[in-house]
Amino acid sequence: MLRLPPFRHLRPNNVSEAAEALADHPGESMVIAGGTDLIPNLKRRQFDASVLVGLSHLPELQTISDNGEIGIGAGVSLRNIAAEKAVVKSATALVEAVQQVANPQIQRQGTIGGNLCVDTRCNYYNQTHEWRESIGFCMKREGDICLVAPGSSKCWAVTSSDAAPALMALGASVILVGPDGERSIPVSALYQDDGIAYLTKKPDEILSRILIPKNDGLKSTYRKVRRRGSFDFPVLGVAASLSMDGNKVSAAQLVLGAVHTHPVSVEVAQLLLGRTLTDDRLLAVADAAFKAATPLDNTDLMYAWRKKMVRVEVRRAFQDLATRAN
Amino acid sequence: MSLTKYSVIGQSVPRVDGIRKATGQSVYADDFTLPRMLYGKLLGSRRPHARILSIDTSKAKAMPGVKAIVTGEDLPVKYGILPVSEDEYPLEVDRVRFVGDPIVAVAAVDEMTAEEAVRAIEVKYEDLPTSFEISEGLAAVGETSRIHDYGPHDNVHKQINLEFGDLDSGFDAADQVFDNTYFYSGSNHLALEQHSAVAQYGADSKLTLWSSTQTPHYVHKALASVLKIPASRIRVIATPVGGGFGGKSDPFPHEFCAAKLSMLTGRPVKITLTREEVFYAHRGRHPVLMNVKLGVKNDGSITALDFQSFVDGGAYGSYGVASTYYTGALQTVTYKIPAYRFRGVRVFTNKPPCGPKRGHGTPQPRYALEVHLDRVANALGIDPAAYRKSILVDEYSMTVNHMRVTSCGLGECIEKVTEGSDFNSLRGALPVGKGVGLAVGSYLSGAGLPIYWNKMPHTSVDLKIDRGGGVTAKCMQIDIGQGSDSVLAMTVAEILGITPADVNLICADTDTTPIDLGAYSSRVTFMMGNAAIEAAEKLRKKLFEAVAEELHISERALSEGTESLQSAAGQIVHMVNGVPTGKSSSFLRAVKLAESKFGQLSSTGSFTPQALRGPYKGSGVGPTPAYSYSAAVAKVSVDRETGIVTPEKLWVAHDIGRAINPILARGQIEGSVYMALGEIFMEEQAFRKGQHQFPSMLDYKTPTFLEMPSVESYLIETNDAEGPFGAKEVGQGPLLPIPPAIANAVYDAIGARIDELPITPEKVLAALALQEKGKFPQVGPNKFPDYQWPTPVKIDPVWYDQPPEQWVETRRRDRSKC
Amino acid sequence: MKHSTFQAPLPAERLHVRVNGESYEIVAPVNKTLLEILREDLGLTGTKHGCELGECGTCTVLIDGDPMLSCLVLPVEVQGHEILTIEGLAEGGRPHELQVAFAELGAAQCGYCTPGMMMSSKALLDSNSHPTTEEIKEYLAGNLCRCTGYLQILEAVDSAAKKLHSSQQDADRGNTPESTTQGTGIR
Ligand SMILES: Cc1cc2nc3c(=O)[nH]c(=O)nc-3n(C[C@H](O)[C@H](O)[C@H](O)COP(=O)(O)OP(=O)(O)OC[C@H]3O[C@@H](n4cnc5c(N)ncnc54)[C@H](O)[C@@H]3O)c2cc1C
Ligand code: SF4
Ligand code: FES
Ligand code: FES
Repeated sequence: MLRLPPFRHLRPNNVSEAAEALADHPGESMVIAGGTDLIPNLKRRQFDASVLVGLSHLPELQTISDNGEIGIGAGVSLRNIAAEKAVVKSATALVEAVQQVANPQIQRQGTIGGNLCVDTRCNYYNQTHEWRESIGFCMKREGDICLVAPGSSKCWAVTSSDAAPALMALGASVILVGPDGERSIPVSALYQDDGIAYLTKKPDEILSRILIPKNDGLKSTYRKVRRRGSFDFPVLGVAASLSMDGNKVSAAQLVLGAVHTHPVSVEVAQLLLGRTLTDDRLLAVADAAFKAATPLDNTDLMYAWRKKMVRVEVRRAFQDLATRAN
Repeated sequence: MSLTKYSVIGQSVPRVDGIRKATGQSVYADDFTLPRMLYGKLLGSRRPHARILSIDTSKAKAMPGVKAIVTGEDLPVKYGILPVSEDEYPLEVDRVRFVGDPIVAVAAVDEMTAEEAVRAIEVKYEDLPTSFEISEGLAAVGETSRIHDYGPHDNVHKQINLEFGDLDSGFDAADQVFDNTYFYSGSNHLALEQHSAVAQYGADSKLTLWSSTQTPHYVHKALASVLKIPASRIRVIATPVGGGFGGKSDPFPHEFCAAKLSMLTGRPVKITLTREEVFYAHRGRHPVLMNVKLGVKNDGSITALDFQSFVDGGAYGSYGVASTYYTGALQTVTYKIPAYRFRGVRVFTNKPPCGPKRGHGTPQPRYALEVHLDRVANALGIDPAAYRKSILVDEYSMTVNHMRVTSCGLGECIEKVTEGSDFNSLRGALPVGKGVGLAVGSYLSGAGLPIYWNKMPHTSVDLKIDRGGGVTAKCMQIDIGQGSDSVLAMTVAEILGITPADVNLICADTDTTPIDLGAYSSRVTFMMGNAAIEAAEKLRKKLFEAVAEELHISERALSEGTESLQSAAGQIVHMVNGVPTGKSSSFLRAVKLAESKFGQLSSTGSFTPQALRGPYKGSGVGPTPAYSYSAAVAKVSVDRETGIVTPEKLWVAHDIGRAINPILARGQIEGSVYMALGEIFMEEQAFRKGQHQFPSMLDYKTPTFLEMPSVESYLIETNDAEGPFGAKEVGQGPLLPIPPAIANAVYDAIGARIDELPITPEKVLAALALQEKGKFPQVGPNKFPDYQWPTPVKIDPVWYDQPPEQWVETRRRDRSKC
Repeated sequence: MKHSTFQAPLPAERLHVRVNGESYEIVAPVNKTLLEILREDLGLTGTKHGCELGECGTCTVLIDGDPMLSCLVLPVEVQGHEILTIEGLAEGGRPHELQVAFAELGAAQCGYCTPGMMMSSKALLDSNSHPTTEEIKEYLAGNLCRCTGYLQILEAVDSAAKKLHSSQQDADRGNTPESTTQGTGIR
């Protein structure tokens, strides 16, 4: 049986204390929320954490609010998000995303905060220590080359959160609480182009809340490509949102998940704003998305196929939204 | 033909171990602990092919809690499931042959400590040239880099060239010849239970091993030979197997190591593999590259078949020689083939060893042959169902390669699935992107020969009746989920006229139960069933004699058949001309009478299959007391934009001879369909430089609830003359027609041929891209080895088309009630 | 209250867990998962494991009625919550309707996925007394079974649901199981 390495487990009294606990143990502490990403990774010894700071008991992270904007505590389970009427009404893409995460059990255990912070993935990284030792360690952990792109100076591990692209397409932001106070940044600014240091969040910052603006006319959707209907991480995620003013597009966003180290925003405003959604225009959007996607051979399914699917899924996403908008 | 009605047989009664399993009360190997038990861990090789220069265990030894460490030197005896390829050590001695090949075993006070100790062991390797692919295995290698020092040459483990009948005249007589190559990928069994064993070496110098194994007898033999202790002092108990599918049929390193560590420490030792280690222990489906050359007349009748298979064996022999023969043995038992050549090669590669997985060596050629026949039918413009029916083997006939065919319900299977699915009107008529496909298959009801040569029974059942009326049945067979416990209890209950609940089982224990060779080759129902009938009939005879005496029924009337006794529903009833006379005795009373008359009531029944070998080397693989037959129709839809194929529904008919328990039989069909779908669409052993790319349950993809389509099953009861109550196998056969049925349905849907499993979306899109360019849309292997075959062994066919008298007259064992 | 101790070389903590309605106080290293505690410290080996990484569903237990993967749960984090395992399903020694249905309808072959599958099914029926075929499939999609092909499990859950609520059965909701058998010898 695979087992966890030893660690100490702390139970801070509130989020600020949690941030302080992280700051007190620099380089060796990590937050544990649902643990559904952290525990498997620790069992495989993908990183060390001798101090785990528990969050699951903190009520302040468990609330959902609906006043002008939707606020979701980082500790809310994916399942509870999907069960919340306000979210279902105005953040369809998020609901569709969390309902496709992993499997029914993990949707109950995993939190939205953990989902946004979920480690980047790679076939050469999500493996036991023994396996990685056999093939040769890579730079994400213990080694200094990339096994997927051997010439590369950076790690290409893949962003695998389903919620992140959805929240980006909804224009959401997050609140980060550090030992010295809190700040709010757009979800898009939480990520950076580095498979190793994939978050801009400081190690002692805690993601406490997600804020989603409410926009009645905005329709949104999330499409996920994966091998099986359950268990699997995305090999492509397409989050799209659309507002129509009559038959003209008044707002549109498109974000791709699982085709880069971070979720990729595709510039579609220029192509769509103020225009009608013709087939040609959708093809142009699909083309733009296709160009923006750079999947590599480090997930399930062939990367060339995953790239091909970008066109198909983006087109289907907007077709879907157009139907819903009418 | 109307079948005899039975009171227990043929009923969908709950399986005898059902409620224990449903309440979590079954105790699997990893579930139990013994006082003072230690935990063991194995260290596997980090190199695909290397010499071991040194092993430094000093740091591990010094760790608190570490109790013993063994390396290859402590167990320097080779073993292997087949006597012809004993090429494994429990722990490799001087050379490792694949990533994961075990080298050291540690026992410690808990699993965590054992794991840490294993991490502290340092091994120095000197890399050797590697060979990962079939083509590399065939290429010339230097003496030092051969993976094994046996086999005909280089990394070839086994080569076969057999010619039955006159191949040249066969092809000369053909109007057309169809030639194509196919590839079937390798896959793991992925039983949910990870292999586990607990060993206890007592102060009395006796060793007990509890293990999740399908073959306690072979493990017993191997332990004795490797540990050099008399078999008489070793007891192997197979615990309930949490899924086998062939993956727990070899003796494994963790079993030897747990035993050795227990001998060294005097304490019980448990070793449970991790999921990753299970992928390395493997013994899964062999990847096979095949070429089919088929000569046919314009009406489709086959004039000759030339079949070649190149089998990727992985690093050790395992069942591989048998697997290789199996890729050529059963093509002939479904269709009339007057001339047949089979050439096969198994190569060693530096990957986890392959072995038997559900269907053992036959799903691969079946896929190739059935897709090939679909091509032929299309080219000749014949309906594929009618075509197959026109070339079916005859019941009670002999094939060109000397396989004895007895009962055969294949024609009826084809009728059932084509009618059920409305195949004839759907084929070619569904909208683009939707299609139907048909295929058939056949499998063994037990291998006709044992794994090591001997003339002893393959199985025996001991029965004992308690004065309280309980019947204890003992047999070394092990229920791996296939339902063999239920078959045993139901069989005994049927003959004695009691209920399965009154039959108590003691199974899979080499000390207390008589031989059964194991849960492989679909042998248990057929063989154990016959042994159980024999044993139960012997007891019933005693009961009847005692009752006859008590009720003053004349022996003569009984033997002449004018009067009879019948056992049913806990009673023994007297009948004259089939009508009850009112005289009867309860089962319990009969037991008391019989025990008073004869003493302790016990009996033994055994089963040894008829010697069915043909006159050539290798003829031991393929014969069976009875072949099962199946046919399937698949309906699929293909998304032409994504290439994703969705199976919508399957219709499967299986000639089971007689369904002993229909609900369990259907479970075997549905489970087979499921496992086949995994192999068709997603399961694939993928390697990078010999290293398994995805040794996990997340990345090695297997279908979930959501990928399972609905299945319509039909049980065809041909009442086999030699099967117990007419029964044949159902555990493996129904898997065989599924892959080709799906591939043929894909062709019907989009006009593309995917000649290589798995059928992935990228392959479908590649085929469609060819179609757009106006080329024939086919994706499959584009290279085939040009191998220097050894001189063929030519074997004359016998009895073809002339069923020998004795079979026709074979007693139809339709057991009426005495 | 039951006591069980574990001689651990690692930092151990005193834990209070409630399992199957009983309170346990145990001393165990904090890095042992709930799966390990159940099987090794409490002797509740009915809960099985196939991967220990959240990838198979075999270790599913209920926590406050919700199905969760015990291999991914730290016992310290579920103190004060109600844990239900397969051993706690039978009431007063009488098997749960689901257990009877699994046993009778062939839904347990090797039986190794069964405890996990059963716990997910129980959670489903507690939250949805008349699940449709689709709802059953989706709810159980986090539990792999390698033996049955799932269809007899589907039938067992469907049949248990009907039995449990036979009094208030509303007939027409399209929840007939998918698998059917025709031909000789069945039903
Ligand atoms: C088999 C399997 C399949 C999966 N499939 C998917 C999938 O399809 N899609 C998907 O998106 N995910 C998937 N996951 C990953 C994971 O289960 C989910 O992303 C889940 O939502 C993570 O949440 P958690 O609370 O369990 O995170 P944890 O495991 O507790 O934490 C994950 C990471 O986030 C950090 N973290 C957690 N909360 C905070 C916080 N509030 N502030 C700062 N840092 C924090 C942790 O330190 C850790 O680094 C899968 C996991 C498994 C085991
Ligand atoms: S992308 Fe390269 S560096 Fe990053 S985890 Fe994969 S192999 Fe390692
Ligand atoms: S053991 Fe596989 S999910 Fe927990
Ligand atoms: S019954 Fe064997 S895994 Fe489900």
